[in-house]
Amino acid sequence: MKSWLTTTDHKRIGLLYFWTAFVFFLLGGIEALVIRLQLAQPSGHVVSAETYNQLFTMHGTTMVFLALMPLSASFFNYIVPLQIGARDVAFPRLNAFSYWVFLLGGLFLNASWFVGPLFKAGMLNVAPDGGWFGYANLTERQFSPGPNIDFWLLGLQILGISSLAAGFNFIVTILNLRAPGLKLMRLPVFTWMTLVTQFLIITAFPVITVGLVFLMFDRFFGAHFYVHGAGATPLLWQHLFWLFGHPEVYILILPAMGIVSEVLPTFARKPLFGYTVVVYSGILIGFMGWGVWSHHMFAVGLGPIADSVFAATTMLIAVPTGVKIFNWIATLWGGDIRGTTALHFAVGFIAMFIIGGLSGVSHASPPADLQQTDTYYVVAHIHYVLFGGTIMGLFAGIYYWWPKMTGRLLSEPLGKWHFWLQFIGMNVAFFPMHFIGLLGMPRRIYTYSPDLGVSDLNLVSTVGAFLIAVSLLVFIANLWRTRSRGETASNDPWGGATLEWSIPSPPPVYNFSVIPTITSRLPRWRTELHAPMQDPPATPPGPIHVPGGSWWPMVAAFGLPLMALAPLTHTLWLAFVGAGVLIVGIYGWAFEPFEV
Amino acid sequence: MTHAAHAPTAHYTSMGLDSRKMAFWAFIGSECLLFGSLISTYLVYKGRSVVGPYPHDILNIPFTSVSTFDLLMSSLMMVLALAAVQRGDMKWGKIWLFSTALLGLVFLGGQVIEFTEFVHKGLTMSTNLFGCTFFVLTGTHGAHVAVGVLWLLTLWVRALQGRLGPANAMTVEITGLYWHFVDVVWIIIFTVVYLIQ
Ligand code: HEM
Ligand SMILES: [Cu+2]
Repeated sequence: MKSWLTTTDHKRIGLLYFWTAFVFFLLGGIEALVIRLQLAQPSGHVVSAETYNQLFTMHGTTMVFLALMPLSASFFNYIVPLQIGARDVAFPRLNAFSYWVFLLGGLFLNASWFVGPLFKAGMLNVAPDGGWFGYANLTERQFSPGPNIDFWLLGLQILGISSLAAGFNFIVTILNLRAPGLKLMRLPVFTWMTLVTQFLIITAFPVITVGLVFLMFDRFFGAHFYVHGAGATPLLWQHLFWLFGHPEVYILILPAMGIVSEVLPTFARKPLFGYTVVVYSGILIGFMGWGVWSHHMFAVGLGPIADSVFAATTMLIAVPTGVKIFNWIATLWGGDIRGTTALHFAVGFIAMFIIGGLSGVSHASPPADLQQTDTYYVVAHIHYVLFGGTIMGLFAGIYYWWPKMTGRLLSEPLGKWHFWLQFIGMNVAFFPMHFIGLLGMPRRIYTYSPDLGVSDLNLVSTVGAFLIAVSLLVFIANLWRTRSRGETASNDPWGGATLEWSIPSPPPVYNFSVIPTITSRLPRWRTELHAPMQDPPATPPGPIHVPGGSWWPMVAAFGLPLMALAPLTHTLWLAFVGAGVLIVGIYGWAFEPFEV
Repeated sequence: MTHAAHAPTAHYTSMGLDSRKMAFWAFIGSECLLFGSLISTYLVYKGRSVVGPYPHDILNIPFTSVSTFDLLMSSLMMVLALAAVQRGDMKWGKIWLFSTALLGLVFLGGQVIEFTEFVHKGLTMSTNLFGCTFFVLTGTHGAHVAVGVLWLLTLWVRALQGRLGPANAMTVEITGLYWHFVDVVWIIIFTVVYLIQ
């Protein structure tokens, strides 16, 4: 127990991220099921309008910040150091800090479901209810008087710190801790996409932090950043939010693209087609992702010039995305294909992501978007890219790397059941939403009238949502079964080309008994020029220094929610206690003997 | 921050750049977007306040010029501190580290005086958009200076205890990176807020 609380081992932190994020993922899923129950019939009465607002806000916020980002982070943690031949990340204690801040931030946000009575309200009354995009000035105190939005803006600030700390850590890890000979253009694509993602994180998160800080000052200290009467423009929030928000969607998708780029070559037994192009497209997407944010604001009336420019950049960004899709398909073409579950998910990713990309391009055009914006059509788009894309990609990664992470292979037959149920379920759930939206049903509204003519489609969608839930139960059963009865994994159950497959499953604490020297981009495969590398010996030739654990990252992390509680409860001394805990944590951390 | 006792920090790195230093550069890149967003907001909201006091009613350029000069000098002290620590001259190392922190404190004192005076003249965060953007922008910068002062004083105390020497030059160098960055940000804020009204 203590060794898990104080751990600084990237592998353990990766597992902590996985399990924590998976629980949040299930929570966000339950919220979605209640939403779908409410919408299954017109004029539904399952929940009230107020509860519905909290449900869709917490569903979106949870899925983006507490499920998908940290599930990706679990692979950054576990896999990236193994793929670059390192013994740990550059700053192991900072890594532990990121995890604890994430956990506490997630608990802080979700505590809002239960603590209503402390704010003289009922349970299930004070959870955030302003949407994951939190549009000001709706979120100003005048229009949202309760603590709901306070939980949201403080919770997101805490979570931002976790992502930023991890961002610095992984940038340095990938750039600086590579094994000898592992040049940048020999990095596995997953590691490359991780690197691009981290750059997006460290540049996008400060922007939303500023937006949230303004909102905090407005709500707690009477500032007027978003108060129209004082001369402020409500567009300020939208610009800051989407300036963050669009890079954020690439933060969510690039890691999944990286995973798919690992899985396809392994199971087609063929190097990735156009490695260099895939890497450069990823980098290009990272840059271009900064120039498209106003496509979320076509309905605002920015004027024809701004609309045209952002329409053009949005259509352009589909180009590097499309390039990647062709590279993946070409990788499969003529390959020696093994239809494992991981490959099923990777191919499912490609298919679903194409549909999501196409609907995205369809609202890149402002006149079309004016029909689609704020309707279920956009909900269909985001679920094809985030569920069909990111989640399918993450599951490909789970089936692919689970043996490396736990030493046991997930059951393939159960995996196929999981895949097909999920694949069918998601299409049944989300495809009708295109029509529901085009027929005029707005998003974020708790009910609809039978006259709208979308009742049957909504029922179908709800059935799809429950199919997805069943598929996840199959997945959980698979996890459970594998714990004790899963087939034990060798070092390399799939015949992978990258370094993580050269060491035992799960790897020893020190990862590599001897740090390998890399001479090729696919070190474990025979290529025209290179023989496969020698795997490191099973026992290390000499003692290996492994950094010990530390309590301080967790102590420091506790300071942040304590500080956030101060404005929430209007208790000034809590701010000082929180800052004190943070400072004590940092000093303890800085001055304890700890060698990397 | 300081790994005093066990010195050999010269780890092998792929890029040949110390890992902590690289992390700090990434951090500074991230901070650029933080201050960039704050300064852009200030500029977007410039001239949009519907009630006074307005910037020209209240900003005291001579006073703030002195503060700015003070912060510039602190950067000079920081350079001298790093040079002293690198050559192992801990006597001067201590003096310069302390002077840097002291000038930082003087700057913060100036900011406290300025803020108090503004409040007396009727400008608070809730007065108008100028108040909001001014206090949050300069306050965020002030918070950065405060962190820097704490950090410098910590190094100074370590030096007094004899636990900071040339082996920790990298720590001092990183402190310097941070300090110079905060200084450069101030030059931009001073120009944007005070000089170009
Ligand atoms: C071909 C690439 C893509 C294009 C052209 C595109 C275009 C767009 C446009 C124009 C909107 C605004 C629609 C509206 O609100 O009226 C939008 C919304 C959205 N997109 Fe995409 N998109 C693309 C890929 C992605 C990807 C890869 C993701 C995430 C993995 C994503 C996630 C989202 C989300 C979450 C929203 C909705 C935000 C909200 O209003 O809550 N998109 N997309
Ligand atoms: Cu976008």
